Amino acid sequence: MSHLQLCLAFSSVLFAVGLTGALARSNSILVLLGLELMLTAAIMNFIAFWRFGPSHAPATGVIFAVFAIAVAAAETAVGLALVISVYRHQRNIRLPEANRLRG
Amino acid sequence: MNAMVDALWLIPALPLLAAGMGALTPRRGRRFAAGVAIAAMAGALVLSCLALRSALAAPSAHLFHNFRWFDLGNGVVELGWLLDPLSALMCVMVSLVGLLIFIFSLGYMEADENFARFFCFMSLFAAAMLGVVVANSLLLLFISWELVGLASYLLIGFWFHKPEAAAAAKKAFITTRIGDIGFLLGLVWLYDATGSLLLYDGGSGVLEAGVLGNLGTLTLASGLAVSTAISLLIFCGAAGKSGQFPLHVWLPDAMEGPTPVSALIHAATMVAAGVFLIARVFPLVSYDQVLTADPVHALTVVAFIGAITALLGAAIAVAQSDLKRVLAFSTISQLGYMMLALGVGSWVAAIFHLLTHAFFKALLFLAAGSVIHAAHHEQDIRRLGGLGRQMRTTYATFAVGMMALAGVPFLFSGFWSKEAILHAASEWGVSRLPLYAGLAAVVLTAFYMTRLLCEVFWGSPRSPEAAQAHENRGVITVPLVILAIGSVALGFLGTPAWPWLQSKLTGEAVPPHSLLEGGGLMMLSIVLVATGIGAGWALYGRRVRASADAADPFAAAAPGLFSFLGARMKLDELYAATLGRMNTFGAAFSDFLDRWVWGGAVGFLALLGEFTGSVNTEVDESGLNAGFNSFSERIRRLGRAYSGAQSGEAQGYLRTVAIAFVVLALLVLLGGSR
Repeated sequence: MSHLQLCLAFSSVLFAVGLTGALARSNSILVLLGLELMLTAAIMNFIAFWRFGPSHAPATGVIFAVFAIAVAAAETAVGLALVISVYRHQRNIRLPEANRLRG
Repeated sequence: MNAMVDALWLIPALPLLAAGMGALTPRRGRRFAAGVAIAAMAGALVLSCLALRSALAAPSAHLFHNFRWFDLGNGVVELGWLLDPLSALMCVMVSLVGLLIFIFSLGYMEADENFARFFCFMSLFAAAMLGVVVANSLLLLFISWELVGLASYLLIGFWFHKPEAAAAAKKAFITTRIGDIGFLLGLVWLYDATGSLLLYDGGSGVLEAGVLGNLGTLTLASGLAVSTAISLLIFCGAAGKSGQFPLHVWLPDAMEGPTPVSALIHAATMVAAGVFLIARVFPLVSYDQVLTADPVHALTVVAFIGAITALLGAAIAVAQSDLKRVLAFSTISQLGYMMLALGVGSWVAAIFHLLTHAFFKALLFLAAGSVIHAAHHEQDIRRLGGLGRQMRTTYATFAVGMMALAGVPFLFSGFWSKEAILHAASEWGVSRLPLYAGLAAVVLTAFYMTRLLCEVFWGSPRSPEAAQAHENRGVITVPLVILAIGSVALGFLGTPAWPWLQSKLTGEAVPPHSLLEGGGLMMLSIVLVATGIGAGWALYGRRVRASADAADPFAAAAPGLFSFLGARMKLDELYAATLGRMNTFGAAFSDFLDRWVWGGAVGFLALLGEFTGSVNTEVDESGLNAGFNSFSERIRRLGRAYSGAQSGEAQGYLRTVAIAFVVLALLVLLGGSR
């Protein structure tokens, strides 16, 4: 396998792990962790395609990655704030129980 | 030679690896976690010794290995590591003292259920400090610097179930963070002004003459040189980490962590980082000395802050009654000495004192830990006493550390390094005040260390815990003995008669001069040490207190002063009353804005909307409704049917998205193959 394929395979595995975590855990912090893993996998792809792809313009891949990391940090902050407010409502952070918005 | 430079990254990487392995070790893997941590430190020590050997072969060379991390537009961000006598000596000191503290922790922490986690954090701490030491890029240094802060947070709050420990960890992190903001601003400014953060880069590093010359041409509108401003910002970071005067408040509280952590923070890793940083960038911070038009030189500020800290720390230490807190304030005071030495231009004396202090302060803390361990976590000196008979090894090693710290002449390392600092201060042309502050602190240091020794080890036990204390096992006492030997021997590397350390650090031959030169100052400080020890003995040693409740002789003589010093000069209260209250006020003001100003505007809009809504309803109800009602009823039923799909479970939605994505991907893949 080439470097690119190795990177992509790694990020696919990372994505799959993240997805499994996000789907299977009921603790909302662990679900957030899963989401972060999926984001990281996407960032990995940016870096991989930039590094091993045809165009080596110096900034593209890295800039994407830096922005995506910044967005991920902001998203985590919002997510944790949500977790705190969920905790205040139901005294635990189990995601399946946070279903007050059901139809 | 070059192979050593290329392998230098292994020194911080080994403990970092140990920390990673420790993090993955389950709680029951106690032996494994400790073994890995100690093996990694031993490996780092061996590598450091090899590095020191190759650095000493060519003391004036700065060997570096730089590599490109990433580029942003036209800018390049490079990292690297650096091998010169300063970094190699620091590496040896950090890994040796760290190793001894690790071994001590085997005994001290044996009863703790989170033993594996402890060694993981300790390894991280050591790795971060070694990273600071070997960095050739201010950016890499800053990254490691922040890791030091993180590790100190984790370790000070190691017993986080104690509220005081959690609060102390937070305080340490936030206080040093205030300094770090200054440091980061300084780095950004430096990068903006010079285009590089590498220290040495074959002519284009920020510590090399060409770049400094360019930097020297820049001045601000106020007449302040840019290099001065950057140096002061960097000093902010150093002051935070090294507990200098306005930001020293976190250090005493950091005593809430386990004692080996205190030893590591106070001796080898955290507080040494600030002094090391200023010594490392000394060409930069001292550059403004040549700019005569500059209104203030950065080093002048450093010298005065150091002098204030040295005196203040020593004065407060006199009136503390917690064994570890006395030592904490003495650390603050000794760090003040080091900054003072840097400020008066003798970074070699500062590093000399840093090295000797690392040994005797680690010794004192570990001996205090030995006492605390034996006395079942009793650390109030009023309730100890009489331990000299029961714990002979601890007593003897503590006495060595105490004499080294107090500066007992000739045999002990603290005397020589402190002498070097005072000598440098006496030759400073700007002001005599730092010298006087340093001399006053000499008396106080000798006094409070004598007090500590008398209270803890002399007389008879004053509590049941102290009465049944007995000497600890070899795993605790052997590191003490090794450190005691170091506390004595290290001093002879830098005496005026044989300035080996000075000539190796600067890379130039320093001529030895006889002890008689500057002998007046030496005589004066010997007299001052004798005064301090004599006063301590007269107050505390001649008649040791009989019971835990007996009044302190010094408190009896000057109750107001004693309680003022005991309350740490009320500085914490002052901060709470000014900065804390300012913060609370800001929050209350924002709350007011939110609630009334913005909230009022939104409320007004809402009222407006409500009014138009009610007008609309009137029109709707009376005019338009008739034909729509039956149609709406059908839509409503349809909607109710669909709303069943909205289960309210976020993971259900996510699952649907994932399945849909898989189906789409399969469609695309299969379609592509056709």
